[in-house]
Amino acid sequence: MEPVQALVANIQGLSSSGDIPHLHALLKQAQESLYAESTRLLPVLDQLDPAKHSLGYLYILEACSSGSISKEQASALVLPIARFINSCAAEQIRLQPDKFISVCKRFKDQVMLLEAPLRGVAPMLTAIRKIQASSEHLTSLHPEFLLLCLLSKSYKAGYSILDEDIFEVDQPRDLFLYCYYGGMICIGQKRFRKALELLHNVVTSPMTVVNAIAVEAYKKHILVSLIHNWNFSTSLPKYTSSVAQRNLKNFSQPYIELANCYVSGKIVDLEALVDKYREKYENDNNLGLVKQVISSMYKRNIQRLTQTYLTLSLQDIANSVQLNSAKEAEMHVLRMIEDGEIFATINQKDGMVRFLEDPEQYKTCHMIEHIDSSIQRIMALSRKLTAIDENISTDPLFMSKTGRERQRFDFDDFDGVPQKFII
Amino acid sequence: MEGDDDTSGPMIDDEIYANGVDGDNEKRSRPIMSSEQLDIEAYASLYSGRTKIMRLLFIAQRSQSNEAMELEALRMAYDEIKKGENTQLHREVVQKIVGRLGPEYGMDVAWCDTVDRRAEQKKEKLENELNAYRTNLIKESIRMGYNDFGDFYYAHGQLGDAFKSYVRTRDYCTTSKHIVHMCMSSTLVSIEMGQFTHVTSYITKAEQIPDALDPVTVAKLRCAAGLAHLESKKYKLAARKFLETGPELGNHYNEVIAPQDVATYGGLCALATFDRMELKNKVIDNLNFRNFLELVPEVRELINDFYSSHYASCLDYLGNLKANLLLDIHLHDHLETLYGQIRHKALIQYTHPFVSVDLHMMANAFKTDVAGLEKELEALITDNQVQARIDSHNKVLYARHADQRNATFQRVLQTGNEFDRDVKSMLLRVNLIKHEHNLRSSRKH
Repeated sequence: MEPVQALVANIQGLSSSGDIPHLHALLKQAQESLYAESTRLLPVLDQLDPAKHSLGYLYILEACSSGSISKEQASALVLPIARFINSCAAEQIRLQPDKFISVCKRFKDQVMLLEAPLRGVAPMLTAIRKIQASSEHLTSLHPEFLLLCLLSKSYKAGYSILDEDIFEVDQPRDLFLYCYYGGMICIGQKRFRKALELLHNVVTSPMTVVNAIAVEAYKKHILVSLIHNWNFSTSLPKYTSSVAQRNLKNFSQPYIELANCYVSGKIVDLEALVDKYREKYENDNNLGLVKQVISSMYKRNIQRLTQTYLTLSLQDIANSVQLNSAKEAEMHVLRMIEDGEIFATINQKDGMVRFLEDPEQYKTCHMIEHIDSSIQRIMALSRKLTAIDENISTDPLFMSKTGRERQRFDFDDFDGVPQKFII
Repeated sequence: MEGDDDTSGPMIDDEIYANGVDGDNEKRSRPIMSSEQLDIEAYASLYSGRTKIMRLLFIAQRSQSNEAMELEALRMAYDEIKKGENTQLHREVVQKIVGRLGPEYGMDVAWCDTVDRRAEQKKEKLENELNAYRTNLIKESIRMGYNDFGDFYYAHGQLGDAFKSYVRTRDYCTTSKHIVHMCMSSTLVSIEMGQFTHVTSYITKAEQIPDALDPVTVAKLRCAAGLAHLESKKYKLAARKFLETGPELGNHYNEVIAPQDVATYGGLCALATFDRMELKNKVIDNLNFRNFLELVPEVRELINDFYSSHYASCLDYLGNLKANLLLDIHLHDHLETLYGQIRHKALIQYTHPFVSVDLHMMANAFKTDVAGLEKELEALITDNQVQARIDSHNKVLYARHADQRNATFQRVLQTGNEFDRDVKSMLLRVNLIKHEHNLRSSRKH
């Protein structure tokens, strides 16, 4: 116990005097002894203040939570960790980010062990904020946080973090998981456009080997694209990695068949296909989405009618969309009008529906503001793009690579790349 | 309007259906509709050579429901075959007749044997001659030898060998006339074989020879090119080729095609694929083509009706011609597509000048019922060929012109969103690639 006590005294002393680098060095040296005493370190924490002695607290906490933990130990640890996350000092944490991340991950494990994911949501969010270098930075904690949100069904909290754009990534695996979980949260909130964006990012990310996350994401991508766009294109964009282009389709055969059947427009065929592959969809936990796909097919068919007809009787709608009765047709049309997907009026006396044009005239102040802000946003994005381009062109690694691959016609040829960079 | 005598009633209706202005003020006369059966003798007399036999056999095959016609065709085919030297075809035709025409039209074994023996002798003689010429290395004689071989094989129905022989003459051609002759023979055999890729290549070869082409040959080449395009379903190109055929063709290409066919194929393809301007310039005002159209007055009438918007009579003519055209060896499998396209064009042209159209009147003009018409229009609107909307309650079609301003705004906002999304994904990917590259280079060091 002695070295630990000495350490605690050091922590208290050096933290208050502000000599953090010295403390950091001491702590690194004391790492081994801490791990040895891991089971008995818990009471030590009471002697330290998380806000002032964050770095020291972190080391001890990490030693405490290393190794396998039983349920009682977990419940004992959860509260201190949560309190620590809330009150720790960000600058001290950032000196040793990987320890902080591993503490948070253990925290998540414990919370899941206790089967109370909701307890972990708020602390995780605070943790993310503290360790992020900027709001565009993706940490390893993002996917953990989203996983907790999913398990505890607190979609709103998860969605708040999805609104931020990510441009810097530490680990590709984090990005995949983040986008995948993010996609699922957006689906839960019925924000299909954002879900499609996120899932699309996973599927088209550069990867050297096909991973399971990409396969699952592709399956969901197909379904969400059918629900949102009423359409699906089997060809992946050019910038998708070649491994993905070749292999993803093989893993998601039932879904691609579903998409092809959808495009043909017959509800009966679609339902037959769903019954055939019902087990596979259930195993992937996608059956709910598949059911949404079926109901979106009615919507698509009704929408196509608006392109061709000005007025149509409810019975005719029911017939052409293959619904059972005019009453059902009325329900569907009503719901679509409420959701703003079509513009129409229903005349119940005649049983007629009159389709109207989109009343948006693009003349209001609100619309002008919207357009103006879009322009500003896109200009900012453009500037960012130019900046990144400049950065890369002046990056020495890039210069050396292009220098090497440059063709040599003649010794006297005009040299685009300075000699210095040719390695 | 109301309470007038009955005679003016139908006249007024006629005027209402007619969607265009009668250019000349003479009363529209109802000419003779040829819905009567194809006169096989007249039809067969237009052709000569192998194609006559093939056409007759095709007619027989297609009119198996109409026994009289089938037997007539088979009888004429038998007579024609007897005039030639093709014993294989003779056997085929006898099989098809199945003795229904009596004993004179049965298997003539004696004749077959004589012909076959003669063929053997001739073949030996030709081979010896050819070998002699080959040892002597006289180019012209070798060429003639191969040509004779080609003719011989063609007469005996061995088309593949005929083709090979004709192609062999290529190496021994010395003047451009020879090359033209080779091309024409190869084209003929290829058409009979149905290999239209060869046809196209040999036509191109022949057309590249600058001087040796007289008008008749040019006309023949155009027809052959038209046929090739027709077979590959390029109807617009086929129409153009047929329309460019000069009247010098006359009866010179009867081994392949009759001038009536040029008119029919050209007219129908043009009607199905040309727009109004082109139709007027290239077909109606085309003096050369008028000579051909005189031979098939129904096609001429039907084109004029379409142009002057008398759709009912135009579609009537088409219907009447259909039965006979289905018996044509080159046109039969394209007929449905062409008819469909002509009908669509008629519908589109009808609705084009109006802001609103009463579907009942339109159905009368096209001699169909409102429900069917609605379905057809729905298909055309979904295909974006007609810019209109159907008011199903009142059965009226309203023209709809897209609001450009709104559409532009919508597209702009959408493009902005897409740009946003794509650039963000791209920056993310760039970051990942850079990260991976850094990883790899750090591993190397």
